[in-house]
Amino acid sequence: MKILIVDDFSTMRRIVKNLLRDLGFTNTHEADDGLTAIPLLETGNFDFLVTDWNMPGMTGFDLLKTCRADPKLKDLPILMVTAEAKREQIVAAAQAGVNGYIVKPFTAAVLKEKIEKIFERIEQQ
Amino acid sequence: MALKSPGEEQVSEFEQILKESTSELLEKVESGQLSDAVNLIQRINDERNRNLYLEVGRLTRALHDAITNFHIDVGAGNPASEKMSQMANATDRLNYVIRMTQDAANQTMDKVDESAPVAERLSEQASSLRKDWARLVRREMKPDEFRGLYRKIDDFLKEAEDQAGTLSSNFNDILLAQGYQDLTGQVLIKVITLVQEIEENLVNLVCMAGQVDQITGIQRDTSDRITEEAHAPEGPIINAEQRKDVVSGQDEVDDLLSSLGF
Repeated sequence: MKILIVDDFSTMRRIVKNLLRDLGFTNTHEADDGLTAIPLLETGNFDFLVTDWNMPGMTGFDLLKTCRADPKLKDLPILMVTAEAKREQIVAAAQAGVNGYIVKPFTAAVLKEKIEKIFERIEQQ
Repeated sequence: MALKSPGEEQVSEFEQILKESTSELLEKVESGQLSDAVNLIQRINDERNRNLYLEVGRLTRALHDAITNFHIDVGAGNPASEKMSQMANATDRLNYVIRMTQDAANQTMDKVDESAPVAERLSEQASSLRKDWARLVRREMKPDEFRGLYRKIDDFLKEAEDQAGTLSSNFNDILLAQGYQDLTGQVLIKVITLVQEIEENLVNLVCMAGQVDQITGIQRDTSDRITEEAHAPEGPIINAEQRKDVVSGQDEVDDLLSSLGF
């Protein structure tokens, strides 16, 4: 399972990376915004994307929409981990095709639960 | 150092002049002294302009003062004071806060990364010893094995002692890494003070703009106010309990998503 973590703060990337490692996901890579994430996603054969929303360059929301519009990335599971907590934003992310939405601050248990739920659903399809 | 109702005094002074001049103007017009009347109008106009320039000048100076007065004086003897004195503006100060918090987070995570395997190893060793110990209690252990266990216990106790020391030192480092809170707190309070000063000055500026509109008779079209970009990121919500348009936690996110069929 190859995972890309996208967040503009290196400490948050490290937290997510450590939590994922505790959950058994050791093949993680990092990008600091949507613009640097896209070339990695295009060529990297990633299985899963964890992204923040609010980033300079390209936001996670635009990254989500870009992925869904890309034939190669349209089915990539995307989990948003963000401080953005407006209802309309959550609805917009859901409509844009996000697979899970976690608001910061979050716990290891929530991350685990959401990731399991996403893969459960993918297996059912 | 904020201005006290900057427009008020000037405008009332101007209004005074305007009132006084109006009756004089009427007089001149009625008595046919037209060139005097024109001069008077010119004087009223000049006075109006002068008041505007005065206001703009006064506010510009106040804003300039607000910005140049923004210095952080960290007490002497503070190890960061030399660095701080080199920072002349709020942006640098806020970047300093980001850097300090980031360093503290990284130091803390370094120590956690270092400590977690230590705890894990102790736990593994203890659990292996406990199995041996249980066999000893059940009298399933041969004398040879017992001698091995004897040594194993000795090694474990020594290692537990050492590793507890390592953990304790790491915890202490984690504790010390939280010292950023004091330094960043001081910097943030200074920035908050500046923001408040600027806000006051901006309120005065807006008041003055209102006065300018009043004097010049400009009617503003308020219909073209910029509307916020849809779904623009807002960052952490600091007053979630006072707002209806935001969720207050993961449970509400989950409820909202499940109501959408997620």
